[in-house]
Amino acid sequence: MKKAGIIMIIGSLLLLGLFKFPLWNIMLGAPQYPDPLGMDIYIEGIQGVDEFDIQNIDGLNHYIGMKTIPKAEDMWEFQVFPLVIGGMAAIGVIIGLLGFFGKVSYKWFLGWFLLMSVLGIMGMYDFNAWLIDYGTNLDPKAIMKLLNPDGSPMTYKPPLMGYQKMLNFDVDSWPATGAYMMFVGMMLTVVAFFVGKGEYKKIEK
Amino acid sequence: MKKTINILVSLIMVTGLVSCNNGENKRENKGQGALATNAAEKVYVAPGEHDEFYAFLSGGFSGQLSVYGLPSGRLFKVIPVFSQDAEKAWGYNEETKPMLETSYGFVPWGDAHHPDISQTNGELDGRWVFINENNTPRIARIDLTTFETAEIIEVPNSAGNHSSSFVTENTEYVVAGTRFSVPIPQRDMPINEYKGNFKGSLSFISVDPESGRMAIKFQLMMPGFDYDLSHPGRDKSHGWFFFTTYNTEEANSLLEVNASQNDKDFIAAVNWKKIEEYVNNGGGTKVPTKYAHNVYSDETHTATSTMINEVLTVNPLDVPGAVYFLPTPKSPHGCDVDPTGEYIVGNGKLSADLTVHSFTKMLAAIENKRFDGEAYGIPILKFEDVLAGTVKQAGLGPLHTEFDDKGNGYTTFFISSEVVKWKVGTWEVLDRQPVFYSVGHDMIPGGNSRKPFGKYLVALNKITKDRYLPTGPEVTQSAQLFDITGEKMELLLDFPTIGEPHYAAGIPADIVAKNSRQIFKLAENKHPYATIDGADARVERKGNEVHIYMTMIRSHFTPDNIEGIKVGDKVYFHVTNHEQDYDVPHGISMIGANTSELLIMPGQTETFVWYPKQPGVWPFYCTDFCSALHQEMQGYVRVSPAGSSTELKWSLGED
Repeated sequence: MKKAGIIMIIGSLLLLGLFKFPLWNIMLGAPQYPDPLGMDIYIEGIQGVDEFDIQNIDGLNHYIGMKTIPKAEDMWEFQVFPLVIGGMAAIGVIIGLLGFFGKVSYKWFLGWFLLMSVLGIMGMYDFNAWLIDYGTNLDPKAIMKLLNPDGSPMTYKPPLMGYQKMLNFDVDSWPATGAYMMFVGMMLTVVAFFVGKGEYKKIEK
Repeated sequence: MKKTINILVSLIMVTGLVSCNNGENKRENKGQGALATNAAEKVYVAPGEHDEFYAFLSGGFSGQLSVYGLPSGRLFKVIPVFSQDAEKAWGYNEETKPMLETSYGFVPWGDAHHPDISQTNGELDGRWVFINENNTPRIARIDLTTFETAEIIEVPNSAGNHSSSFVTENTEYVVAGTRFSVPIPQRDMPINEYKGNFKGSLSFISVDPESGRMAIKFQLMMPGFDYDLSHPGRDKSHGWFFFTTYNTEEANSLLEVNASQNDKDFIAAVNWKKIEEYVNNGGGTKVPTKYAHNVYSDETHTATSTMINEVLTVNPLDVPGAVYFLPTPKSPHGCDVDPTGEYIVGNGKLSADLTVHSFTKMLAAIENKRFDGEAYGIPILKFEDVLAGTVKQAGLGPLHTEFDDKGNGYTTFFISSEVVKWKVGTWEVLDRQPVFYSVGHDMIPGGNSRKPFGKYLVALNKITKDRYLPTGPEVTQSAQLFDITGEKMELLLDFPTIGEPHYAAGIPADIVAKNSRQIFKLAENKHPYATIDGADARVERKGNEVHIYMTMIRSHFTPDNIEGIKVGDKVYFHVTNHEQDYDVPHGISMIGANTSELLIMPGQTETFVWYPKQPGVWPFYCTDFCSALHQEMQGYVRVSPAGSSTELKWSLGED
């Protein structure tokens, strides 16, 4: 299972890209912002695409009563996510090594993938919950209190993924480099599973 | 008298000649419509798109420098330089008042003339624009990252700072020559003893290659002629500088006649490298004088003015071989050097011909001592030995020549009101186009460098008359844009300009635009009265001086309620713009303030002073429509009678 082990190790290591590259990116363009404002969401915190973007997004959001964008120390996620990602990468590498030396079955690879998928879905759920809170839990003294056509108070939850028009802003929310690396990495662990299965069958013969 | 009549007769004759040539042409062109050509297409810059060139046009007697786009002719900005500008608080706020200090005290106005863009290796580098002030002799440096005036240096021992402010190939020097010779040092003496007693100074101002900081390296004390315009040598003639002179008669009255008598005046050729070496070895004489050096800092957002008390002067006779005179017919105005550095053009403004000297022949004439006497000890080279050629009967009243990158010269003719294209080397006239009316200088982007961008020519006219809708006795100033890519020049566009557009400098936009700043970083603001943290906004009293440390961000001031101010106080508003977003300036003004508004860029601090005169509650507000809640961006100051005990307090958002 040499080949499968190597693929498993590479796949797991690709997770580490999340320490360097953003997981998610939200861009806000408007007539007055031909160069859109943007935020990059990393597993360790949120940063502006340009130096003063966060400050400027907060400045605009105060008109509609949104909370300021949280700093790394304000959310437990930014402490836990790095541990989870680092831990999963380490476990993946260990499984890969054990697989390489034939100490564990290729089924462990799939097991890692399934665990990672569950954790990923939980992460997305948590992220979406934050977006809902951020976009709907508004300051009652907000300067501008806008209503939907049906009379309900307007809320400002950015899309979890995709494009949405919000007031004068065009909001784009899409996975970023780190997420793509994680996705490719996870796919590689599935490939490792099938390659391992193939190699195992050859040995059996 | 006889001579004068002769000149007049020949002027009239030549006018006849030239106008016969052009009569028809003129009428045709004046009616040139957009439908007849594709001129409209050539100057059309679609909404949201950018121009190809920046053009910096002198604001003339407005004292400012205007920024236009070419080919559209759209005005982007008027950069305040030598005159107060209430719109931008230039010369009104506490930070920029020192910029207009001189040895004569605060001077609120200036007469701006000849912008020139900094160069590296003879090519435009787009870092700074220099421009001279004629009346109170000064040179300014405009920073092209902020498009603001960064520095102004006064030129002592000068009067009518006109043959300025041209830069050498690596911006080693920006050069300033005097138009009006004066007694140096100034003294009480009869005016009619001018001849032989007055002097003309040529100042070489060094420019720091990193910071751009200017300093007068030396002043060359020349005979008392009028030094009209100048140009640096370039490429092969780098190291030399050429100045046109008129009034070599040294007349002190009725110059229009008395300074027009000599058949030839001079172009002074100055070997500045030789004088620089002399000065670096301790040469020259330090003389007492007084001049202001004003520097603006983008860190403190504040200018400082320093008075300097001496200057190094050089007598040209002390540096043999440094200065020669080239006889040049008829009171030459422009003094222009072609991109190769070989040809020096004297635009003899009372002549119909253009005189072109050869740098190579000049060096040979010096080597072989081909002299034709001397003036005040300075050798005069033989005219025939330095002459490269003459552009004959080109027009009337040549003023200035620019060059393209294909070996052509473009000379303006004030009297015959036209631009004439001629071939460098063969001296043949290739094309002539009328201008409306009476052009002074012309400008080709990079035309004063080794590498001109020969696509457009801008004619900077002196008279406008009927070219636009009338606006009473005073009509707009005007420039005209020509396409010079073809064999014939094609008039594309008239556009109005501010002040009098004496001269201009153009540069491809891509060299400059990328360096343009968007904001000042608040964290780097070193203004002594800046309020970096909103929590530090406060009011401090020192006797009857009150300092308000105020911040502004969309859409409020901190603090916006202030009490405890008294009649008789001197109240400083030190206002810091906390925005860090592009194009979000805020303004502020206070009812009853005897000064201008402030217009504060993101990250900047500015200060105005207010003297409350009556008890009451007085509002202030944001003067620049900044945001959806701009109208709410306002506040109040409570003013109590002098001697009352109202407690000093300030707040934001308290009930």
